[in-house]
Amino acid sequence: MSNSVLEIKAISGHAGPTPGRDASRDYDVCKLIDVTTCIGCKACEVACLEWNGYPFRETVFDNTYQTMPDLAWNYYNLIRFNEHVAEDGTLSWLMRKDGCMHCAEPGCLLACPADGAIVQYQNGIVDFNQDNCIGCQYCVTGCPFNIPKFNHETKKVHKCTLCSDRVGAGLEPACIKACPTGCLHFGSKDDMKDLAEKRVKQLHEHTSHKSAGVYDPPGVGGTHVIYVLHDIDHPQYYGGLPKDPQIPLVVRIWKGPLKWLGNFAIAAGILTAAAHFVRYGPKKVEEGQKKEVE
Amino acid sequence: MNAAATEYAPPDAIQRYTFHERVMHWLTALSYSYCLATGLAFYTPHLFWLAVMLGGGPTSRFWHPILGIGFFLGIIWMHLVWRRQMEITETDKRFLSNVEDYATNRDDRVPPQEKYNGGQKLYYWLMYYGMFLLLFSGVFLWFPEYIPFSLAWVRHLMIILHECAALITIGGFIVHVYMSTLLVPGSMTAMIHGFVTRTWARTHHRLWYIRMTGGDPVGKE
Repeated sequence: MSNSVLEIKAISGHAGPTPGRDASRDYDVCKLIDVTTCIGCKACEVACLEWNGYPFRETVFDNTYQTMPDLAWNYYNLIRFNEHVAEDGTLSWLMRKDGCMHCAEPGCLLACPADGAIVQYQNGIVDFNQDNCIGCQYCVTGCPFNIPKFNHETKKVHKCTLCSDRVGAGLEPACIKACPTGCLHFGSKDDMKDLAEKRVKQLHEHTSHKSAGVYDPPGVGGTHVIYVLHDIDHPQYYGGLPKDPQIPLVVRIWKGPLKWLGNFAIAAGILTAAAHFVRYGPKKVEEGQKKEVE
Repeated sequence: MNAAATEYAPPDAIQRYTFHERVMHWLTALSYSYCLATGLAFYTPHLFWLAVMLGGGPTSRFWHPILGIGFFLGIIWMHLVWRRQMEITETDKRFLSNVEDYATNRDDRVPPQEKYNGGQKLYYWLMYYGMFLLLFSGVFLWFPEYIPFSLAWVRHLMIILHECAALITIGGFIVHVYMSTLLVPGSMTAMIHGFVTRTWARTHHRLWYIRMTGGDPVGKE
């Protein structure tokens, strides 16, 4: 069923333009993070913990406005802080909400060997199913963003679910709901791209951020979490966001040609042994000598 | 002959493997086979059922490296016992240069062999060095959470190394299992009960046979 049947065409008794008209009702979802309006309040971090039922962890003070050094298995969502000094000597505090990017071509899913441990939904959410996770952490190797985190006690890997449970019930993710500045938006990919482009245009026209841009890296087929950055040319300033993330070449080779070559070689080896047996048969001990024994 | 072997053995049998060697072989074989089955499960989704059969994916992931250590210890044990016998000699080089005759069962044209022929010795060294590659790369795959993201290339390298080393040992393993179960009747008995018949020894390992019997003709005892 096409979702376009649910798009609003007109509503009764309403002055002015019809709200929601032409808004995309595509299946695919997207989180837009406008880092230019993030104040680093960490409401999203708290909302994430609350919704997912994790206790608030001890924080690690490192003289910045960052809660702790890295994401954790029970901490999906972290505002990364960087005090950046530009070439002209001006100082800026860069805050970026870090978490799973929900790649259209997820490296974690490609690398995972466990049946059904990673699921990519039609709406773009990439979700880990811990019931099927075997704890090998190949997903960590496949991820270009350093997102999945291992729980030593349960031997399972966790990451942001984009609140697939909430989204499935027609709600927006918990972090979106908590954001007080409107820096976080949630909707279809088309709408979020559109909104992001508008914000970038605004930044170009009304601020000094002339190199502002949208971060939707094509190397992983685009992502279902996109950023508006003041400086699209240097995403690495924002707590190490990769400039051109790709599924590692080694993972592609490993899960592609090497796997099929290996499968072929093993099958060919077994078949060759069988063919050899059919053609030459078992080795015989010297007949003349055998008679002497009998 | 020791007492245990003689119970099954014909009177003129020759002991090929001691009880010690057989236990050593089968413990190593068992640990390798477990790692092979679970490793193949992690290697390709079409064989993931192997992990399911062996108690599930998480169980297989837990035991694979531990049994891998068992395989490592088994190989080290073998090396202590068999190292000298496995040194490649001129006899082996002659065997290997005529390996086509051996492979096509024209055994009358194969030069006489010691207790282990060149092919068996090659398999031994393949598994010996393969084990070190598997162990080295395997340790990184066992505890990847301690490798920082900035050293991701180490994880990448070790995965490829582990897989290539495993595939090479699998190649040797297929040949080993085929030859011991089908191609050379009597070799399985040798590894289970420890003895071979005199004709078997004389046919496949004549130099060893002469050494063991002083060149006695077959069937004289």
